[in-house]
Amino acid sequence: MSIKIDVDMTKCQHYGQCCFEAPTVFELDADGKLNVLTHEVDEDMREAVEAAADVCPMQAITLTDI
Amino acid sequence: MTTVVIVGAGLGGLRAAESLRANGFVGEISVIGDEPHMPYNRPPLSKEALKSGLDMSTLEFRRKASVADVTWQLGSAVVACDLSARTITLADGSIVGFDALVAASGIRPRDFNIPGPRNGRHFLRAAADAHALREQLVPGARIVILGSGFIGCEVAATARQLGCEVDIVTLDPVPMYRPLGTILGAGMRAHHEEHGVRFHFGRSITEFTGHDRVTGAVLDDDSSLEADVVLEAVGSVPNTQWLAGNNIDLSDGILTDSSLRVVGSPAPFVAVGDVARYENALFPGVARRIEHWNLPTDTGKRAGATLATLLAGGQPDQTPFAPMPSFWSDQYHCKVQSFGVPGIADEIVIVGGEPSGECVAEYRRDGALVGVIGINSTSALVPYRTALMAG
Repeated sequence: MSIKIDVDMTKCQHYGQCCFEAPTVFELDADGKLNVLTHEVDEDMREAVEAAADVCPMQAITLTDI
Repeated sequence: MTTVVIVGAGLGGLRAAESLRANGFVGEISVIGDEPHMPYNRPPLSKEALKSGLDMSTLEFRRKASVADVTWQLGSAVVACDLSARTITLADGSIVGFDALVAASGIRPRDFNIPGPRNGRHFLRAAADAHALREQLVPGARIVILGSGFIGCEVAATARQLGCEVDIVTLDPVPMYRPLGTILGAGMRAHHEEHGVRFHFGRSITEFTGHDRVTGAVLDDDSSLEADVVLEAVGSVPNTQWLAGNNIDLSDGILTDSSLRVVGSPAPFVAVGDVARYENALFPGVARRIEHWNLPTDTGKRAGATLATLLAGGQPDQTPFAPMPSFWSDQYHCKVQSFGVPGIADEIVIVGGEPSGECVAEYRRDGALVGVIGINSTSALVPYRTALMAG
């Protein structure tokens, strides 16, 4: 199974907390804006992306099993 | 079947339930909460929810599929607990048994019981509080805010944006004095004053005036302020009264070890979130209770693992617990973000920018970095967080 990652950019406030939990998926650019590096990850990344979704202060990250 | 009762249906209670399941606990989980809502996100209550209204469906946390079979008993306050008998008592007098317990009971706003009418005075902690306050924040309304912490300052910013007149009365010399210190606090003061907030520093309120409802506040220098609505936002108190009489340390929240096990409990018992006091290995030597948003998640995960292991007959992980405390606050166009424990610093150094604009400040204690705070400088904080994690 894979996991689809959606970030609601109308909610995202670019706090970057997700970047610490899943640095291969989320990064802040030099201007402090969030970049989502990939929108789909394998099952072995579940713990990391779930942690990223959990720590988002704006609760802007949605994960879907696909 | 083994039953875990979680007292408190907020973020910490939710994360503890999810962690129990993630760590293999298959018994019954019952979450008891005094509010009528499923776990929801509180930070918007002082911001978006005051501006555009409460929508619980957007505030509620998404819950992992693993907790679909958890029982939620909402609108029930827990009033007592007997750790030896392994029972809790609800406000309606009913008694509920448990095999293991999680305290996720959080905090409540401090009430100084200042004399005067109660009508028109608000606290802000729960969704219902935000709903009641929002109705009063109409354009032109005069709000007096007691306290200049995060809640007081965020509500001040929101109220100005809604067209209210705002006075803040505080004993502190600058807003958010404890977490930010004087330099960044002065910077945030400038932002608020630019937006028309009036501060009354070094002052407290001795009484509220009015008959049926509040019409003003009398300060301790005998000056007075007119008010249509009042927000009292001077700190909070951990909800531990339901645990009284169990011979555990409740001197400031619930004392736990580094696995979040409650010290001295005869029953398997962990505490999470704002109500837990524990030693953080990143800032060792003192057990602290820290009310930052990310810690219910960190403590909930660790405590759930501890309890699942205990209930399976194992020994909990004794690795030092080292979550990175972090807070943020949005006021006007300012995004204040922190890592570490800046409040324990004895030296604050601005390393870039101006406190009245974008800036980064290092917080040091005995020369060592203990925290960092940025205003509109998120990216610049990343290497500091890394350094703090490394200890």
